[in-house]
Amino acid sequence: MAGQPECSSGKSIGLYIHVPFCDGKCPYCDFFSLRGNSSMMDDYTECIINNLKSSSEQTARKADSLYLGGGTPSLLGGRRTARIVEAARKYFGLEGAEIAVEANPGSGLAEFFREAAAAGVNRVSLGLQSADGDELRLLGRRHTADDAARAVEAARNAGIGSISLDLMLAVQGQTEESLRHSIEFCASCGVQHVSAYLLKVEPHTLYWKERASLRLPDEDTSAALYLEAVRLLAAHGYRQYEISNFAKPGFESRHNLKYWHCEEYLGLGPSAHSFLSGRRFHYASSLRGYLAGDGPVQDGTGGDFDEFSMLRLRLAEGLTDRVCRARFGYAVPEKISRAAERYEPAGLIQCFPGGFRFTPRGFLVSNALTAEVLFPSPAS
Amino acid sequence: MKIPRENIRNFCIIAHIDHGKSTLADRILEQTDSVPLREMENQILDNMDLERERGITIKAHAVTLLYHAKNGQDYIFNLIDTPGHVDFNYEVSRSLAACEGAVLVVDASQGIEAQTLANTYLAVDAGLEIVPVINKIDLPSAQPEKVRREIEDVIGIPSDDAPCISAKLGINIDQVMEQIVEKIPAPKGDENAPLKALIFDSYYDSYKGAVAHVRVFNGTVKPGDEIRMMSAGGKFTVVDCGYMRATSYEPAPCLHAGDVGVISASIKAVREARVGDTITLASNPAKEPLPGYRPAQPMVFCGIYPADGAKYPDLRDALEKLQLNDAALSFEPETSAALGFGFRCGFLGLLHLDVVQERLEREYSLDLVTTAPSVVYRLKLTDGTVKMIDNPTNYPDPSQIAEAHEPFTDTHIYTPKNYVGNVMDLCQERRGTFLDMNYLDTDRVDLHYELPLNEIIYDFFDALKSRTRGYASLDYTLSGYRKSNLVKLDILLNGEPVDALSFIIFADEAYPRARRMVEKLRDKIPRQLFEIPIQACVGGRVIARETVKALRKDVLAKCYGGDISRKKKLLEKQKEGKKRMRRIGTVEVPKEAFLSILKLDE
Repeated sequence: MAGQPECSSGKSIGLYIHVPFCDGKCPYCDFFSLRGNSSMMDDYTECIINNLKSSSEQTARKADSLYLGGGTPSLLGGRRTARIVEAARKYFGLEGAEIAVEANPGSGLAEFFREAAAAGVNRVSLGLQSADGDELRLLGRRHTADDAARAVEAARNAGIGSISLDLMLAVQGQTEESLRHSIEFCASCGVQHVSAYLLKVEPHTLYWKERASLRLPDEDTSAALYLEAVRLLAAHGYRQYEISNFAKPGFESRHNLKYWHCEEYLGLGPSAHSFLSGRRFHYASSLRGYLAGDGPVQDGTGGDFDEFSMLRLRLAEGLTDRVCRARFGYAVPEKISRAAERYEPAGLIQCFPGGFRFTPRGFLVSNALTAEVLFPSPAS
Repeated sequence: MKIPRENIRNFCIIAHIDHGKSTLADRILEQTDSVPLREMENQILDNMDLERERGITIKAHAVTLLYHAKNGQDYIFNLIDTPGHVDFNYEVSRSLAACEGAVLVVDASQGIEAQTLANTYLAVDAGLEIVPVINKIDLPSAQPEKVRREIEDVIGIPSDDAPCISAKLGINIDQVMEQIVEKIPAPKGDENAPLKALIFDSYYDSYKGAVAHVRVFNGTVKPGDEIRMMSAGGKFTVVDCGYMRATSYEPAPCLHAGDVGVISASIKAVREARVGDTITLASNPAKEPLPGYRPAQPMVFCGIYPADGAKYPDLRDALEKLQLNDAALSFEPETSAALGFGFRCGFLGLLHLDVVQERLEREYSLDLVTTAPSVVYRLKLTDGTVKMIDNPTNYPDPSQIAEAHEPFTDTHIYTPKNYVGNVMDLCQERRGTFLDMNYLDTDRVDLHYELPLNEIIYDFFDALKSRTRGYASLDYTLSGYRKSNLVKLDILLNGEPVDALSFIIFADEAYPRARRMVEKLRDKIPRQLFEIPIQACVGGRVIARETVKALRKDVLAKCYGGDISRKKKLLEKQKEGKKRMRRIGTVEVPKEAFLSILKLDE
């Protein structure tokens, strides 16, 4: 039964802008990115600003979050970034909004953060990946841990109050020791949020081509590293609220939560995804196509019960009667609750009155576990 | 216009696969006033899609054609088509018994090959006149003279006047027709003797019921006659008789000695008009039936279950419909703790099982799960009773069994002499007992063995063909039961026995089979959230074991930028996949796993 998304034209949406420029291609990355030059970035910026205008006219919605992701959005530089943020505010309101930007540690960041903050950016996510030099090298990263520390400093000095660092788990060379070092580094930088992603070797990446020779930790070790990360982050005050996201209380990413709450968002830029008025769609991964005005690819409808539950189960809050009732008018179906109970003894799920959630061990096998819980097969 | 018996020619066409049998048949149809050219859909005789796909003829068909010869006379050609697989050897032999001659087609670029020889010998042994024909002379690689000599040397049939033809291009077909007239003898028979008609094929027609293809040897038969099946025993009144023309049926006032035609008599199902039986008149019966009759004897049994329990009635209906047209198929309801409600079905052999299963899935759109094929074992229990077991789940507790017996066969393997060693090795491996060996001619040997039926029904035929490069052929009959050392092999998943996977097996083969099965299961069962121990047990003792490790890491860590498509696609794929799973206790077993494990040891 398709639910009514909370999207009567009153509710504010999230705004995502994909900035596809990078100054290199990390061997594990399968996001859409390309090397850009000044004139491309100018064209891109103009295009985005125009599209912000036209889509605001088309949708007649307001936004309460803006996220510039990529690529490396910081490569746009402070001026272009400020212009985009200002345009977004002009057309979509952004009252009291969380306005976030991704950046890579590097030079010229202090200036960038100042200009961004002046335009209203109040959250920054930095691609650290690891505090260990060897790991960084094997990850093809072009900065050091110190660069990252300086970047955090610069963001804080610019007045940006919510800073997040990205970490990667189960990378080449990682041990429990080096993981602890990376997490302690994040804590000592005083950031409010950490995203820790288990490495997955994706097709069409350099890692994929070289997968036979990569020395990655085996499945059991990877699982142990993930659980250790959850534990250590918690010890430092970062509470897990999603499979890969940890925050000091109050500093969860409001924008990203829209995805996992199955709420609406509009994505601009090549490869950007949207979920609006019950429909999902995305722009193709082509800068030329986007600049030429190619329309989005339709991805069908969204927001049904299966999709909603699948996303909720990524959250530490889990699936509850309360959110199901609010969305669909009924509580968590009996057969799903019963299926969930079967996994409690194994420590994969925790049941509580009115709902259930995946434990960190459950998050580790969330693909299989989600299917087991949502589509339980009848016993023979 | 009645055509005299001297102008009847009853024949079949023998050829290796793809040497042009069906194309030649089409040309012969064209040359006679049978089919207007525009009605030809290639290869009319193979009218089942399945047959067409597999390139084999499963059911025999026969057509009656009228040929105006060069000598100005009219002839009746009865062209009988024959199946070519050992499961249907009996049917082939009965079709040959209806003929006086056989047109042997050899590909001019390939020469004589395995199936050619095997079937030619069958025809020679049945006393048929062989008319060799060299086909595909249109190919650049054709070597007709070489093939002519080959026919003479290898088979021993004079071939200097064998027509060189191209069935595809229609070259020299008339020569074939004339040779059929000249070389194949007319049928013998006495119209006034008591009726003796051989049923060489039968099929089910929704209006007429079971219809018998017959070759009348003696006497005459007409509508209104009361007929009797001499071996099966049924009595029927003839409603109609006539000839199968190429695309239609032509009724006739009666059929005489020498004729090939069809008889319908409101017969309910083909099992009552059994291939090989003799039809005679109730009022003036023949003294003895024609030789060669064998009763329908299913040798191989398996359980067939609908993948979706709700489809049980559909499966039952489908089996009933198939049985109308398949005298050898038997079925009875049965249940399985693992698979629910289904049927225990009996077949001639594995090809038969395969064909039936595929027809059920394709023609009736049924999704099926089958259990392991089994023969019928005979058990003497300690309390004196004797039990026949065709289903491993009914195998009693070993402590109750005094003696176990398995069915054995009397088997003849015909092979060129250079493969005798290979064949004897194979029979040895399959617990065969050598009985004797005969030279049929300078090159061919008849190896006579006693082999357990169990060893033959699985992949013996394929193994035989591969060790003799296709030249050997096989014929077997049940010879009785012998004492054997049998055990029941059980498979447990996560500690729970799965009845559908049980096997009854010769004790010495239990361990190798157990190992193969647990390894196959370990590969076919997907990893799940719990560790899955797979155990093979005999008499409660575990003799082989494998484990499917629990999933430790199965997560899409990054759900970024609002792109949930990957996760969504995965979930949909998982949802679909679930439909093909059977949950056995706590373990999800995909349907494919069942099929691949249970069908055969591969």
